[in-house]
Amino acid sequence: MVEGIIIQGLIKGGTYALLAVGFSLIFGVARMINLAHTCFYMLAAYGIYAFARLFDMPLIASIVLSLLATTLIGILTYRLFIDRVREHHVTVMLITLALAMVFQECMILAFSSEPLGAPSFVNGYWTIIGVKVSYQNLLTFGIALAVLLGVWALLSKTRLGVAIRATAQDSEIANLMGINVRRILLVTMALAAALAAIAGVVIAPTLTLEPRMWTSPLVMIMAIVVLGGLGSVKGSFIGAFIIAFVEALVVFLMPSGAFLKDAFALLVMVLILLIRPEGLFGVVFEEERL
Amino acid sequence: MLRRLLKDFQGDVLAIPGRLLALIFFVVLFFIPLFVQGSSGNYYLRIFIFANMYVIFAVSWDLLSGYTGQLNFGHALFFGVAAYTTALLNLHLGWQPWATIPIGALAGVIAGLIVCLPALRLRGPYLALVTLAFPLILLGIIFAFPNFTGGELGLSGLSRISESRTTDYYISVVVMIVSVLLMWKLTDASSSLVRTGIVFHAIREDEITARASGINTIRYKLLAFAVAGFFAGIAGAFHAHFMRIAGPSNLQLTLSFQVIIWTVFGGITSIYGPVVGVYILFPLMEFLRVVPEVRNLIFAGIVVLMLLFMPEGIAVWVRDKIERECPRCKLSNMAFRKTCRACNTRLYEHAAD
Repeated sequence: MVEGIIIQGLIKGGTYALLAVGFSLIFGVARMINLAHTCFYMLAAYGIYAFARLFDMPLIASIVLSLLATTLIGILTYRLFIDRVREHHVTVMLITLALAMVFQECMILAFSSEPLGAPSFVNGYWTIIGVKVSYQNLLTFGIALAVLLGVWALLSKTRLGVAIRATAQDSEIANLMGINVRRILLVTMALAAALAAIAGVVIAPTLTLEPRMWTSPLVMIMAIVVLGGLGSVKGSFIGAFIIAFVEALVVFLMPSGAFLKDAFALLVMVLILLIRPEGLFGVVFEEERL
Repeated sequence: MLRRLLKDFQGDVLAIPGRLLALIFFVVLFFIPLFVQGSSGNYYLRIFIFANMYVIFAVSWDLLSGYTGQLNFGHALFFGVAAYTTALLNLHLGWQPWATIPIGALAGVIAGLIVCLPALRLRGPYLALVTLAFPLILLGIIFAFPNFTGGELGLSGLSRISESRTTDYYISVVVMIVSVLLMWKLTDASSSLVRTGIVFHAIREDEITARASGINTIRYKLLAFAVAGFFAGIAGAFHAHFMRIAGPSNLQLTLSFQVIIWTVFGGITSIYGPVVGVYILFPLMEFLRVVPEVRNLIFAGIVVLMLLFMPEGIAVWVRDKIERECPRCKLSNMAFRKTCRACNTRLYEHAAD
C-alpha cells in the first residue's frame, strides 16, 4: 500500500517534472504562459506511434525522429506565431490555446479520436519492495531524472545557461550585456518543447493515445508550477513530486474516487498559495519596468 | 427637459459613430423576430438567445479581467454556480424562474467573493492559474455527490422561462441590454456619476499607486468580483432555465476559455468588444456545423489569424477606423471630419498640409 503509493508517486512525478520544468523555464525567460506546452507532449507520443506503427521504422529511429519533429514544431510555433505578439501577455496565452486546439484537431483528422497504443520499449517487470514495476516505468523514471540532471547542468555550468538565466532575470539588461535575447528565447522555447517531447516519448507506451490527452496534464503542471513558484526550476521539480504523491494517494486510498485526483491536486495548490502567495520557491519578480 | 435630452442624444450618441452603431444594433435586435418565422425562425432565435446570454457572461469577464486587471481563468465558476443553484431551487423547492434567476445571480456574487479571498493576495499569472482551479475543484465535488447534483448527466427538467420562444427572446434581449449598459456605466472612466470606472482602471494600471492615492483597493476589488459574479450568475441562471438543464459543461475549462476568446477577439477592456466578439463568433460556430469534422479547426484558425493581425481585437480595430479623437479636447469625432466638432482643431495635422 505505502510502497505502491511511493513508487507510483515517483514514476508519475518524473514525467510531471519533465513537463513542469519546461513550462516553468519558458515562463521564467519569456514571461509567457504556454498553454500549448502539453501539446508537444501529445505530438511526440503520436509521432512515435506514427513512425513505429504506420511507417514500420525501428524503435530507436522513430524515437529520434519524433523528438526532432516535435522540437522543430515548437521552434516554428514560436517563430511564426508567438514571437509577433510577445508584448501582449493575454494574447500570447490565447494564441497558444488556439494553437493547442489546432494541434488537437489535426490529430483527430490524422488519427481519428479512437484511443491508440504505442509500442513498448522494453517488456517485463521487476519487483521492488513487493510492488511489481514494469521496466518501462523504471525507464521512464530513469530518463526523466537523467534529462533533468542534464538541464540543471546546462543551466548552471554552460555559457548558454548563464545567458538563459540572465535573460530570465532581466531581459533588457541582458540585451545590453550583448546577449542576443531573441535567440535565447528561441533556444529556450526549443528546450522546453524538447523536454515536453521527451516526456511524451517515454510515457507513450504506458498510456492510451487520444487527441485530448493534453488537457489533464496541462491542468496538473499548472498546479505544479504555481505551487513551486512560477519561473523557479527547482520549485517545479519539487512541486511535481508533491502533486504526484497527492495524486497517487487519492488513487490508492479511494479507488472509486480516482476522478477526484485533479480536484485534490488543485486543492493542495490553492491551500499552499493561501499560505505562501508566491509559491514554495517563488521568484518574486520586481514590477516589470515600463 | 426633453429638449435637453434630445440635445445630449445628438451630441453624445449620433455624433460618435461607435455609439450610433451600438444604437442601430440594439434597435435591429428588437425587430429580428419579425423577419424570422416558422421552425427555422425558432432555430435562429435560439442562437440569438444563446448569444445574448453569452454577451452578458463575456462582458462580465471584461469588467473583471479587462478593466480591473484581475485575470480570471475560471469565469465558468460563476456561471456554473448560478446554474446549479437555480436548478436545485427549481427542482427541489419548485420555485419559479423569476425567483430563481436573481437568487442564482446572488450565488454568483457569493462565489465571486469566495474567489476574491486568494485574489487579494495574488496577482497576474498566479491569480489566473488559481482561478482556473476553482471550477475544476467544484466539478470534482459535483462528481462526488451524484445523487444530489446529478453527476455527469447534470440536473434536467427545469421549468421554462416562458411559453413561447419569442417571449424568451425579448426577455433575453432586454436583460442583455440592461446588463451591458449597467456594466458600461460602471466601467466608464469619465463618468461623473460613479467613481468605479476610474478606480478600476487605476487598480489595473498600478495597484500600489492607487492605494497610495487613498483608494481602498481591497473594497473595489471585492466590488469588481461581486459585480462580475452577479452578471455572470444572471447569464448562468438564464442559460439553465432556457436549456432546462444544468450540467458539468457549465463549469468546464472550455467555457472559461471560450469567454476569454470571445472577449479578446472583440477587443478587451472595451465592453462593446465582447458584445461584438460573441455576436460574430457564436453564430459562426453554429453555421460551421455543416462541416463538423473541421469546425473546431476553422474556429481555432480564425482565432489565430485574428490575434496575429489585429491583436487589439476586431471592435477596437473598426473603431479606430471610424472614430478619431481630437488631439486637443479628447472628444471623439467621426473619422471623415477634418476638424474637431467642438473646438475646431485640425484632426489630421500632417494630412492637411
